[in-house]
Amino acid sequence: MSVKTITTNEIANKIVNNKETTILDVRNTDEFDDWKIEGGNVHVINEPYFNLLDGIEDVEDKLGKDQEIIVICAKGGSSQMVAEMFDEAGFTDVYSLEGGMKAWSEHLEPTKIADLNGDGSLYQFVRLGKGCLSYFIESDGEAAIVDTNRMIDIYEKFAEEKGVQIKHLIDTHLHADHISGGRSLAEKVDGTYNLPPKDATEVTFDYTPLEEGNDIVVGNTTVKVQPIYSPGHTIGSTSLIIDDQYLLTGDILFVESIGRPDLAGKAEDWVGDLRNTLYNCYKELSNDLIVLPAHFSFSSELGEGGQVSARLGDLYEKNSGLQVDDEEEFRSMVTDNLPPQPNAYEEIRKTNMGKVTPDNEEQREMEIGPNRCAVHG
Amino acid sequence: MESTKVLDAKGLACPMPIVKTKKSIQELNSGEVLEVHATDKGAKSDIAAWVKSGGHELLQDTEEDGVLKFWIKKA
Repeated sequence: MSVKTITTNEIANKIVNNKETTILDVRNTDEFDDWKIEGGNVHVINEPYFNLLDGIEDVEDKLGKDQEIIVICAKGGSSQMVAEMFDEAGFTDVYSLEGGMKAWSEHLEPTKIADLNGDGSLYQFVRLGKGCLSYFIESDGEAAIVDTNRMIDIYEKFAEEKGVQIKHLIDTHLHADHISGGRSLAEKVDGTYNLPPKDATEVTFDYTPLEEGNDIVVGNTTVKVQPIYSPGHTIGSTSLIIDDQYLLTGDILFVESIGRPDLAGKAEDWVGDLRNTLYNCYKELSNDLIVLPAHFSFSSELGEGGQVSARLGDLYEKNSGLQVDDEEEFRSMVTDNLPPQPNAYEEIRKTNMGKVTPDNEEQREMEIGPNRCAVHG
Repeated sequence: MESTKVLDAKGLACPMPIVKTKKSIQELNSGEVLEVHATDKGAKSDIAAWVKSGGHELLQDTEEDGVLKFWIKKA
């Protein structure tokens, strides 16, 4: 007997459209507490599959027989077993998530942010599972991608559908939470891989320096990508202003939080840079810029259609990380009591530097879990 | 480490390592030790959590050349 399955696409669709979703997560409780599917109307029950082997009585009463229930585990095997048990017990609308949380971590949801100068467009790719945001800028038959994820075939397919050629791959900084797809995609499409030189001192490959003063043009002079040096999360962190309207902040400023300065082991050294970027450098920019960050942490940051964005001026009023006048207090906020680091962050940094080359399966394992790049004030 | 019985769960994907471990433990007497070999990385935290919830004791666990080994003392 086989049970019905649901794809990550279908779940993503429910979440971005704020549909009622009931999930039975059968991973062990430590993994569940660490990381789970979240959304405004997502209701989750956790009961490890190994507690259900003798019967589902313990959770049965919490769920309705005709209710839609999505069973989820790490890779899709245990959820299938549990879904079958529910099916046998007379539950009529039970699904198992294909590929489990591992597949969920890799799902990218493209959403259009805006039209740009000429016939250009700006898209945000929302990695709902891990909270990573990447950007696809297209104009005049060409495209640039910012903070590309490891799953490069998704961007390639998107470019193909739009009939554009990927020319520039840009990383706002050397990532510690996920493996960049920038370098491999640049090699594949014969494009440039742009990285801030101060984050690239240990890399083992050639790259194009991403530096203030050297604008990148997408298409025929129509769309301008302007790098702004904005250190703090890393020493090289560089923001990008697109078309004088959109500010891609990388891991410096998020909608409800700010970047953490410690993932390269230098929190004490970089906290001053972070402060200066957030409290001086960004302040000189127009309040009307729309901030497009490289991460979100909470489903509350997802706006209409799953988009994550905010007006810079509004963040200066609402984001708790921007309200700390006292420098010492700020220093202590971003260096004391930090949340745990992202899973395998040191190995991920080495991979992004080209120092190690894990196989595909190892890369997937390394990226399990939330991004954890933010400090919540 | 001494064990009463060895369970080879190598090559099996979740949930089978735990399903088989549970079955094997049922065949042992209290205080006897089951040695489990598995290759599914997820088994590491799942077996630890399952052992705890069942009141058994995880005496030792190792990882060598991609093979996870567990020694579980039955409650």
